[in-house]
Amino acid sequence: MKHIVIVGNGIAGITAARHIRKLSDYKITVISSESKYFFSRTALMYVYMGQMKYEHIKPYEDWFWEKNRIELKYDKVESINIQRKNLQLTKELLQYDKLILATGSNYNTLPNINPEIKGVQGLYHLQDLEKLEENTKNINKAVIVGGGLIGVELAEMLISRNIEVTFLIRENTFWGNVLPIEEANIVTQHLKKMGIGVLINTELKEIYTSINQRVVSILTSKEEKIACEFVGLTIGVSPNIDLVKNTSIESQKGILVNEYLETNEPDIYAIGDCVEHKNPLSGRKAIEQIWYSGKLMGETVAKSICGSPTKYKPDIFYNSAKFFEIEYQVYGKITQNLSANEQTFYWKNTENNKCLRINYEAESNSIIGIHALGIRLRQAICEKWIRDKCTIQYVLEHLEEANFNPEFSKPFINAMLEKYNQEYPENPILIKKKKSITNLISKIFN
Amino acid sequence: MNNNYIFQNPATNRGWLGMLIGSLLIIFYILLYWFPTSIQWLISLTDPISLFIKGKVADQWFFYGFIYTIAILGMGIRMISKYRHNNYQKVRTISVMFFQTCFAFLIPELLARLNLPYQDFKNIFPLDYAFFFDYNIEKKIAAGTIGYFMLAWGVFLFVVGVPVMTYFFGKRWYCSWVCGCGGLAETVGDPFRQLSDKSLKAWKIERYSIYGILAFSLIMTGGVLYTFFTKESKLFGIIDTNFIRYIYGFLIGSIFAGVVGTGFYPLMGNRVWCRFGCPLAAYLGIVQRYKSRYRISVNAGQCISCGNCSTFCEMGIDVRAYAQKGQDIVRASCVGCGICSEVCPRGVLNLENISSK
Ligand SMILES: Cc1cc2nc3c(=O)[nH]c(=O)nc-3n(C[C@H](O)[C@H](O)[C@H](O)COP(=O)(O)OP(=O)(O)OC[C@H]3O[C@@H](n4cnc5c(N)ncnc54)[C@H](O)[C@@H]3O)c2cc1C
Ligand code: SF4
Repeated sequence: MKHIVIVGNGIAGITAARHIRKLSDYKITVISSESKYFFSRTALMYVYMGQMKYEHIKPYEDWFWEKNRIELKYDKVESINIQRKNLQLTKELLQYDKLILATGSNYNTLPNINPEIKGVQGLYHLQDLEKLEENTKNINKAVIVGGGLIGVELAEMLISRNIEVTFLIRENTFWGNVLPIEEANIVTQHLKKMGIGVLINTELKEIYTSINQRVVSILTSKEEKIACEFVGLTIGVSPNIDLVKNTSIESQKGILVNEYLETNEPDIYAIGDCVEHKNPLSGRKAIEQIWYSGKLMGETVAKSICGSPTKYKPDIFYNSAKFFEIEYQVYGKITQNLSANEQTFYWKNTENNKCLRINYEAESNSIIGIHALGIRLRQAICEKWIRDKCTIQYVLEHLEEANFNPEFSKPFINAMLEKYNQEYPENPILIKKKKSITNLISKIFN
Repeated sequence: MNNNYIFQNPATNRGWLGMLIGSLLIIFYILLYWFPTSIQWLISLTDPISLFIKGKVADQWFFYGFIYTIAILGMGIRMISKYRHNNYQKVRTISVMFFQTCFAFLIPELLARLNLPYQDFKNIFPLDYAFFFDYNIEKKIAAGTIGYFMLAWGVFLFVVGVPVMTYFFGKRWYCSWVCGCGGLAETVGDPFRQLSDKSLKAWKIERYSIYGILAFSLIMTGGVLYTFFTKESKLFGIIDTNFIRYIYGFLIGSIFAGVVGTGFYPLMGNRVWCRFGCPLAAYLGIVQRYKSRYRISVNAGQCISCGNCSTFCEMGIDVRAYAQKGQDIVRASCVGCGICSEVCPRGVLNLENISSK
């Protein structure tokens, strides 16, 4: 019986293991040095905030693995012997027939910052969370460097313990290299409302420490000194390629793979955050460190290993996040600045906590991307519209079909259509005024 | 809305305060049900209100109904404030507050004042397990037209109301919008929802226990009606129907629904009775599972397996297990409280009544 060994028990590795089990009878072993059982990395923040316990963020009960004959090893892989097809763990040697590398990422640090300083850290692994508990005990002030998704989660975590947070953001606005200016402004404003100090166009220059090597303050690139007891580094993550560095497995930033998620060495695959695609599909990045991509790669590699070689072909891009109270969804392609043949329709509510953007091609009017803040949209419908190249008019007329907000939520569609009709009076969209009990109730409550 | 540090709070993480609250509730129920004279001083405190509403001094049941209503109203206001950004939560909380105050409390007390038979018009057999008891039927027959209406209304709810409403809206129309036990669970019980057991094992026990009790309640009622019509006190000449009735009332009606149902909030979450015991929930659940437009829709691939939905499901449904597979949730036990949708950080879940499929 073939032995499939998977290094890494994150979403990518675990999805691969589960699907290989569904498709085959192979022997499966999953190794991780982080935790014995799979847990949801995206939920680490909730454990810190006491909203859940560690046991709640494990998506499967502990008996699941044995029942499905997936062997878990809580151990570190020190090296790979490609010729002999084995792995050196701390105390044993493990033979494999096929190897899947799903080693994830590590958080980035700054070259000018000494990693030994106490109170300075990023957030990625479970162990970082434990360290964070230590580092933030009884402190009052923190600085977070880098305005991205993990940064905002870290900010929310610290704020929940009444720690004063100052964000240092290199760009003009929060997540300014991804979000168009309007959305970025909404989020930045929301962060300020939550009590966060936001310093734009600012980087970290230096950290000052006490005699016992603890942070006491920092200096920004604008020569401003800020007293703080903690510095959070959330300037991005990089593929974890430690294991392949001194081997014949090719890597650049990440482990290089082809469409089939194969590395250059036979019988060795790579999936998830640690991967760099040699030939990314058009419109996709070579390195895509997101949950959904890891999951899809896991499913794809399982098929290839179980006898039906399958190319990694992600469908319409999508992602989601949450900035304190504001939920965010993106479908398709929305860039921060429009390219020449693109047009945009953008609506936001007066309270400045909801917005919707639809980008479309100037000539054909067919939509290419949808952005929503504070509004829940139905993924299947949005993707269908983008795939079928529906026109902006069609999409707006049918927008209700994509509305995934809870019952009795405040309606937003008509306000949006009114704005569109004002901007494009030449072919207005018919605004339907629906009468139903549900609408009546939501009116009373708004 | 946030649930920060709920697992560090001694009241809501099965800590000492939770144990204390649970013990006090259990003691309270025991005294109320079996030793009311020992808390007569407490009961008498509600005399003025009782005199005003029904023209008599308070008895233990008036007292209980009164504090039950106050608890739902008070904690209902807390609920509305906690979930103030979510209209679904506000609407259904107002609904349970209304049904408790008017249907469970005021109307029956006013009926008593008018010397009419007692009836809570929103209570449905077999949760209302005494509905077919001889003395209840006799009182209603004696009351004439209005009594007959009461009987017909009760039968109508059970035979037509439940299946039709559940077909269109799911069992939530009752369990988290109307029901009194549900009303208490959704308001007073809300801080304890995360304590329900989500394991597969708990689900197995739940199915045995709730359908077992449904069967028990039907057999008990069958026996009672048999005796009522034939005047024969023994079923098949061996089992005394009065005895089954007594056992049901004691074990299920008092101990399970009351003492355990509420006293265990801080231990096993706020829906222990509704999940493991209530025969009406079992009936509603069967309709919901096999013949209903209601489901929790899952937004394709958006789930990040964080576990908030499962953790805060009061019925102990492992919502995440479905969500991470992109599979809609159609479960007999779901009471449609909508909290999974509220706590999901990625907008994955939505309660929907799908028109046709
Ligand atoms: C706080 C936070 C929030 C996030 N939120 C989101 C979100 O909302 N949406 C989203 O799309 N993405 C989010 N992400 C990103 C997402 O979590 C990652 O893309 C995803 O977890 C990557 O999964 P993976 O399986 O590739 O790797 P990982 O989950 O990193 O798993 C790799 C595992 O391999 C182990 N490993 C590595 N090398 C070895 C070795 N030599 N021996 C043994 N074990 C080894 C590692 O310890 C690790 O446990 C978030 C990330 C973080 C940190
Ligand atoms: S709360 Fe939402 S994202 Fe989290 S596990 Fe449940 S459905 Fe998935």
